[in-house]
Formats: sequence, C-alpha cells, structure tokens
Amino acid sequence: MKRSTIIIALFVILAVLHQDCWNWANSNLVFGFMPVGLAYHAAYSLVAATFWALVIKFAWPANLEAWADEIPDSD
Amino acid sequence: MNLLLAQAPAEVSTKPLLVLAIYLGLLLALALFSGRLFRGTSKDYFVASHSIGPFMLLMSVFGTTMTAFALVGSTGKAFQQGVGTYGLMASSSGLVHAACFFLIGIRVWAIAKREGYVTQIQFFRGRFESNGLGYLLFPILVLLVIPYLLIGVIGSYRVIGPLSKGMYPELFAATDGSIPSWIIGIVICGVVLTYIFAGGSRAAAWANTFQTLVFMAMGVLAFYLLSDKLGGLGAAIAQANPQHLVRTPSELEIVGQAGTSIREVGFPYITFFTYMFIPLSVGMFPHLFQHWLTAKSAKSFKLTVIAHPICIAIVWVPCVLIGLWATGVFNATPSEAWPAAAVGIMKGLPDSSVGAVLSLTLRFLVENPIIVGLVTAGILAAIMSSLDSQFLCLGTIFTNDVVLHKVGRDRFTDKQIVLIARGFVVAVVLLTYGLSLYLEKQQNVFDLAIWSFSGFSALTSLVIGALYWKGATKAGAYACVLAVAVSWLYFFLKSGGHEYTVAGVMPVAICFVVGAVSLIVVSLFTKKPSDETIRKFFP
Repeated sequence: MKRSTIIIALFVILAVLHQDCWNWANSNLVFGFMPVGLAYHAAYSLVAATFWALVIKFAWPANLEAWADEIPDSD
Repeated sequence: MNLLLAQAPAEVSTKPLLVLAIYLGLLLALALFSGRLFRGTSKDYFVASHSIGPFMLLMSVFGTTMTAFALVGSTGKAFQQGVGTYGLMASSSGLVHAACFFLIGIRVWAIAKREGYVTQIQFFRGRFESNGLGYLLFPILVLLVIPYLLIGVIGSYRVIGPLSKGMYPELFAATDGSIPSWIIGIVICGVVLTYIFAGGSRAAAWANTFQTLVFMAMGVLAFYLLSDKLGGLGAAIAQANPQHLVRTPSELEIVGQAGTSIREVGFPYITFFTYMFIPLSVGMFPHLFQHWLTAKSAKSFKLTVIAHPICIAIVWVPCVLIGLWATGVFNATPSEAWPAAAVGIMKGLPDSSVGAVLSLTLRFLVENPIIVGLVTAGILAAIMSSLDSQFLCLGTIFTNDVVLHKVGRDRFTDKQIVLIARGFVVAVVLLTYGLSLYLEKQQNVFDLAIWSFSGFSALTSLVIGALYWKGATKAGAYACVLAVAVSWLYFFLKSGGHEYTVAGVMPVAICFVVGAVSLIVVSLFTKKPSDETIRKFFP
C-alpha cells in the first residue's frame, strides 16, 4: 500500500474519532478536574501532533524541497 | 461565591494601564529593533527575503491564526455553550490547520519561491492563466479580511474600555472615566502601524513571536491564579454548572432582573461535525499565505506542522476550563447578583460580547491590578498578532495586485515599491480605524467573524484544486469562486449576519461542497491549462 494511501486513511480515521459521540453525555472527570469531553479532545490534540510528526518523518516531500531550491534565492 | 463582596474598590487603580503601556513599549522596541534588520528591498518588506526560521515561523503562524478569540472567545464560548467548545474549535483546528500547512503551505512556498510570487492573487493568476480571476478574487479577499480586522480593533476597545472604567472620571466624564475608543484605536493602530511601516514582514514576524509568547504565558497565568482562588483544580470544576460539563444539548434557565429566559447549552452532533470545515479557512487566509512565504526553507514548516496542535492545546485547554469554572462563579442565586454582562452572555444573546468572561472572572476573583493588566496585555497580544499581518497583507495586495500589476513593475524602482506599500498600509490602517469607530456600537460585528472564516474555508477547494489537480481549469476556477460567492451570500443574507445553521448544518460545509463540485464539473468540460503552466506548478 502506498504511503499517501495510509496517510489519507489515518487522517479519515482521526476525523471520525473527532466525533466521539460516545462521550457526548459523559460528565465524569479525568484526574478529578477535567471533564471527559475536554480530556478526550486534549489528548486528541496530542495524537494529532504525533500523527503529523509521523507524516513528516515518513512522507516528507523531499522532491518538492529540492525543486524549490533549484532556483537560488536573491533579493 | 458572593459577588457582592467582590465588587471593584471605590478608587480605581490605573496600574493595569501602566502594565499595558510597558507591554506596548516593549513590543514597539522589539519590533523597531527588528526593523533595523530590514534590507530595504521590496522582497524583504513583503516576505522577509524568505529568511524566517522554524521557531519564528511557528510563532508567527500560530499567533496569526489564533486571534483574540483564542483567549477571550474560547473562555466566553465555554461559559455560554459548555465543554464541547474545545472539540468544536480547537482539536479540529489542530488536525485541519496542520493539514493545511503541510499540504498547502509547503507547496505554495515552493512554487512562490520559484516564481517570485508575494501574494495569493499572483499565484492564482499564474496557475489559472487569468488576469480576470485576480480581479474577481481581489474584492472578495479584501471584503472577507476587513471584518476580521474590525473584530481585532473593536475587540481592543471592548477590552481596554471596561478595564479603564472609572480611572479618569474628570478627564473622560462622558465615558464614565474610561479611555474613549478613539484614543484606544490611535494607540493600538499606531503601534502596529509603526512597526509594520518600519520593517514589513520581518517586523511582523518578530512582533508576532513576542506577542504569541505573551498571550500563551498570560493564559496559563490566568488559569493558575483562578484555580488557586477557587480552591484548586478539583474544587474549581466541582462548582461549575453540570449542564456545561457535557455536550448533550439541554435547556438552561437564566433568572435575571428582566425576568426568566431559557436557552440551549451544548451542541447538536451535526453542527459539531460540520464545524470541522471552519478551520479550512487557514488554507485561504491571504495574510497567512504571506507568512508561509517568509519561510527560510521547506524544513522551516516541520516545527509548525507538528507543534501547532500542541500550542492550541496549551492556550485553549486552560481557557475552556476557566469558562466552565465561571459558570459556577456566576451561579449565585438570585442572579441579580451577577454582573449584567455575565447575564447577557449566559442568556446567549446574539449581541452579547462573549469576550468579556475572562476579564470579568479575573476582576471578580483576582483583584490584583498588576495581574489584571498582565492578562489584558495577553489579550491585546492575541489581537495585535493578527492585526499586523492583516494590515501588511492588504497593503501588499493593493501594491502588487493592483498598482504593479496594472502599471507594470518596471516603472518603479524597488525603493518606490516599498514606499507604495507603506502608503497602502497607512491607508488601510486609517480606513480600519475610521470604520471601527463607525461600527463600534454595531454589536453583531463579532458575529461576522464566523462568516469571514466560512468564506475563506469554502474557497479552500480552489487552492487544493490548483495545487493537486492538473486538470483544474481557468473556467473551473471562475465557477468555483462564483459558486462560493453566491452560496455564501445567500446564507449570509438569510442569517442577517448572525450565526446560522441549516437543520444544524453549518453553511460553510454546503458552500465548500458547492465550490468543490463547481470546480470539478466545469474543469472536466473546459480547456486544460498549457503544458508550460503545468510544468511551473507541478514538480
């Protein structure tokens, strides 16, 4: 399977996970101070950052970078 | 919490203003120092000669995308609607903004670097081989940026005005001793204009870095102080209104001096889902486009893509929690004891300024004027970190896409181009200042923000098509822009400028789909771009 396909699939999964309908009416507190609806999405932000870190590691557009650098910068 | 015991002291301290003055002085000094690094060329003025490294790019992009809404709006929205505010606006932005930076930002940077573009319109004119498309996009982009600018300037009036209430009763008797808006506007616009005038993009990047660090730190400071005042994190959340701790829509009864009112708290599923289209707006913000072009290299984007969702969490989690705590703080019975502004916000009135919650809560619980001044400085930092980029961007668009495009770049020296750009920046600032004073009392100006974002989001299909589909044509681009404009205008007029949904669906989702479908269908049946254009835009 191509890397781009895997990334798109993971992105779609993350978009689905964002909907967390199972937490909608849950008023429990995580660590005694954070409502589940907030704790889940705070953790989601960290997962999103990890996802993009993996994308950059495994799917960095090196060809695009080289293509841009073919033309030297000048003032 | 008995609010009657927490009223403001009779003699109002001017220390918060002193703190603000120090903050503005530091900002100006730093930005003017960065102006000394200005190389005097138009390329340096518009895109900092592609010299901005990873950390400053992250700070300037984050600071630009997080308007005042990040600090004060998040708190107010959580106070009004509950805990779902974070998922609605913040976590979705972490995923979608980073996607836009990675998929659109890096590619646009590479193309613009090769082709020497400094504005979004130059990019679209080149990609779709059409001058006319530029003229079509120009008024749309400018009209969408203007409400965004006004929100910032008017926001500063609504932050500093109430803060200074009673400070100068003799000097400003007509405004209950508050500093009048016209003076606040002169100071805020004047500071931003000074550093943008001096150093252009480079000064904006330096100033944004400072401002972003300030508003992130002040958000955390407010969080710490308020949780301490409320007896710790557990005690603070324990006194919050339980209806605000879940996302299930429910009816909330507010008993105020004007009688009882009932409104809904929470979010319907479909609204929550379709709100995910709003963060797509960063793909088409012209001021963000310009920030992308300041990057030193493609690698500079790496930190921005990864750290953006984390930075969002650092700012939004504390602010949403403060908003939830405030539902308990202002839950005294009878609610006649509430400040009038808090009642208005809880009632969910369309004209209520949700931005007041953070300041209200701080003033009631933390009576230290220095702290109030520091947090207000954080709010101003969030406002100004977006304002400067927008002023500069409009000046850049007028200079490059109107004057230079029409008259010809060769007719001017590089110094003259910088001079023209500075002239336009001054004109844009003056226009914004005048409009902000004229529209200051129009309460629904803040509701326009969501419409401004919706317009940009819906147009993002155009940039995605331009970058990733060789078959996207000039006619398809016209169809996309026109379809978005018509559908957006339809919903905007129907809404009366307020927040609006179609059976729970955010109009932005419909406008985006309409634009994307128009681009695809029309492109399939019209003349393809030339091979030369394909070579220029597709590595």
